[in-house]
Amino acid sequence: MAFEYAPAPESRSIVDIKPSYGLFIDGEFVDGRGSSFKTINPATEETLAEIAEASEADVDLAVRAARRAFRGWSRMSGKERAKYLFRIARIIQERGRELAVLESIDNGKPIKESRDVDVPVVAAHFFYYAGWADKLSYAGLGPDPQPLGVAGQVIPWNFPLLMLAWKVAPALACGNTVVLKPAETTPLTALLFAEICQQADLPPGVVNIVTGAGTTGQAVVSHPDVDKVAFTGSTDVGKAIARAVAGSDKKVTLELGGKAANIVFDDAPMDQAIEGIVGGIFFNQGHVCCAGSRLLVQESVADEVLARLKRRMGTLRVGDPLDKNTDVGAINSAEQLARIRELSDIGESEGAERWAPECALPSSGFWFPPTVFTGVTQAHRIAREEVFGPVLSVLTFRTPAEAVEKANNTPYGLSAGVWTEKGSRILHMASQLRAGVVWANTFNKFDPASPFGGYKESGYGREGGRQGLAAYLKGADL
Amino acid sequence: MPTTAPTDPVPGLAAYSEVTASEASLRRFLHGLPGVDQVGAEARAAGLGTRSIKTTAKAWALDLAIRMVDLTTLEGQDTPGKVRALANKALRPDPADPSCPSVAAVCVYGDLVGEVKEIVGDRVNVAAVATAFPSGRASMDIKLADTRDAVANGADEIDMVIDRGAFLAGHYLQVFEEIVATREACVRPDGTHAHLKVIFETGELQTYDNVRRASWLAMLAGTDFIKTSTGKVQPAATLPVTLVMLEAVRDFREATSVQIGVKPAGGIRTAKDAIKYLVMVNEIAGDDWLDPDWFRFGASTLLNDLLMQRTKMTTGRYSGPDYFTLD
Repeated sequence: MAFEYAPAPESRSIVDIKPSYGLFIDGEFVDGRGSSFKTINPATEETLAEIAEASEADVDLAVRAARRAFRGWSRMSGKERAKYLFRIARIIQERGRELAVLESIDNGKPIKESRDVDVPVVAAHFFYYAGWADKLSYAGLGPDPQPLGVAGQVIPWNFPLLMLAWKVAPALACGNTVVLKPAETTPLTALLFAEICQQADLPPGVVNIVTGAGTTGQAVVSHPDVDKVAFTGSTDVGKAIARAVAGSDKKVTLELGGKAANIVFDDAPMDQAIEGIVGGIFFNQGHVCCAGSRLLVQESVADEVLARLKRRMGTLRVGDPLDKNTDVGAINSAEQLARIRELSDIGESEGAERWAPECALPSSGFWFPPTVFTGVTQAHRIAREEVFGPVLSVLTFRTPAEAVEKANNTPYGLSAGVWTEKGSRILHMASQLRAGVVWANTFNKFDPASPFGGYKESGYGREGGRQGLAAYLKGADL
Repeated sequence: MPTTAPTDPVPGLAAYSEVTASEASLRRFLHGLPGVDQVGAEARAAGLGTRSIKTTAKAWALDLAIRMVDLTTLEGQDTPGKVRALANKALRPDPADPSCPSVAAVCVYGDLVGEVKEIVGDRVNVAAVATAFPSGRASMDIKLADTRDAVANGADEIDMVIDRGAFLAGHYLQVFEEIVATREACVRPDGTHAHLKVIFETGELQTYDNVRRASWLAMLAGTDFIKTSTGKVQPAATLPVTLVMLEAVRDFREATSVQIGVKPAGGIRTAKDAIKYLVMVNEIAGDDWLDPDWFRFGASTLLNDLLMQRTKMTTGRYSGPDYFTLD
């Protein structure tokens, strides 16, 4: 008899979603002057709330509030700023379950990930940068580094709260104030974070949150009084931002797309490599800029790896994001689902072989089964373009040199993985791979102390660690 | 449970006869097995430990876990009275609830097998530890005599220990031959054989690479079960060690069509822990192993917690420890 796990849903009664939300400007929730839009639960397509779409005038108000707050915040001693950041970190921990449930409802990611990854790493980022706030003079970035001013930050929908933390924590620690625009499809945790700022008595205007879509984001990054632009998202939008700010004295960091190679050598710790491949591409439904979406496997073990991978994929549990046993949740939006479908269909029509385990998908909501393409070559579009979904392309290589060549043969360069029991090979590969992060015998590990960022079309600048401070301080370059 | 001696050589194992032909070839084979990354294996075990098993699934798992218990006492102070009490408990773990299943076996030292057998008859198996348990430090003749004695006393199952010293010294063939010889000592006059479990004492082997090698070594030598620990060395059973052993039996069956059982023993004290193991069996080896013939818990205090949780599931209330028998 089979072991059937009974449904184990996390209760959503802990979250209190209001019917509508305004903008968070100067420490208060205010009505927007523009129109509004709906945010939905991608697992059910149920409307969650009405969200204000910030107009250019709203953004201007937010930037002015941030500018006013900058005077006090930047002159406050680092020790005092740290107190606020520590307080925010603690409140995030205290309200962790609430944040995790809300994130899963609005984003579609499994509760086990929002609970065990997103929220703890968010709190860790605030704790980490709180620790830097009074030690900036010792960061190796000059004797008395000064903040830039007002930071305009635009973040994506894949890790809504985590990307907020990556942007807000270092900015605030360095003495900047921020105007942040969360993604259109996932504004709710950012708005709950606004509430947390109030709860922490953060001075008004230090954090401002303006919800909206592309035009709101454009208004944020191109506002003349914004000193610093930080963006995480698609390479196309990143390029547009780079063009928009060209010629201004705005400082910019961009964290864009990726098409990471996860390289498995024949001497890899096999069972753990399979876990790394699965985690690399199916974590967060593959909505991860550093996802290991290209599996490069040594040809001599390719059959074995594929057989084991398929067996493992058969045990992935796809479904209700709030069920504690769900491994793969919902695709974030109809638009993203359409893109995943389109690229997958192209993969098939270009001759790659598509495989997905049998899994019953819910009838409403946006779903895509964990999928693997074999027989993929560098010439296939699914090997070149970022799918940003649970779709893995498998390519083979014969020698380490060929692995390096294929891994680097992409316009992107955000991350890579290497699986081998040979330590010297790990070091060699790490030195050859043109990627911001190289994971060895692991994948998708994030720590606030470790800098993160890309080569080539994956962007520029680093977030996290001591290096992450440089993006928010004058004259500090890495 | 297979009670007849396997035909020798086991068909699926024939392909491996050259592997075990010499010390050198056996070493090459064992060292050629894929390595185990410690961090990754522990992360996987911890991840499976976060599964949430509730309501009907929990009730099902608790009953299965009770049926998988090898109720164990292995103390110098064991007396006939003590093991008789344990034998009665094995038959009727919860006297207040006749629907509660019996455990799989009672596990005692070889000289006490008869006492247990008298009470349980054929209703519950009797397992005996042998081969100079727990250290395994004795000459081969003595270990085999120990085994034959337990079998002659009526043991249905023999839990042997490997010579960890020989294993750590790299004398793999010696360990292999000891297992083969012990298996032969398990054969009864009528040609049937006592079920053999091989204990690695993973707390002494220490690395997961060693655990994987020991697993393959024992499986190639024809064991029926691989078992983590004696319970006398810390750490005893852990989730990641059991994970590596479950991967080994899964891969071994794929290679040879021979299915081998797994028994974590020692340190599993709560129903919650037991359920984590069952989740791991389910997701690593598959549901073929979710059966007392293929997975056991070597435990003593675990049983009462399983009973307490089982009563909670049926009555909706926790009852105190005084409502469960102490033996």
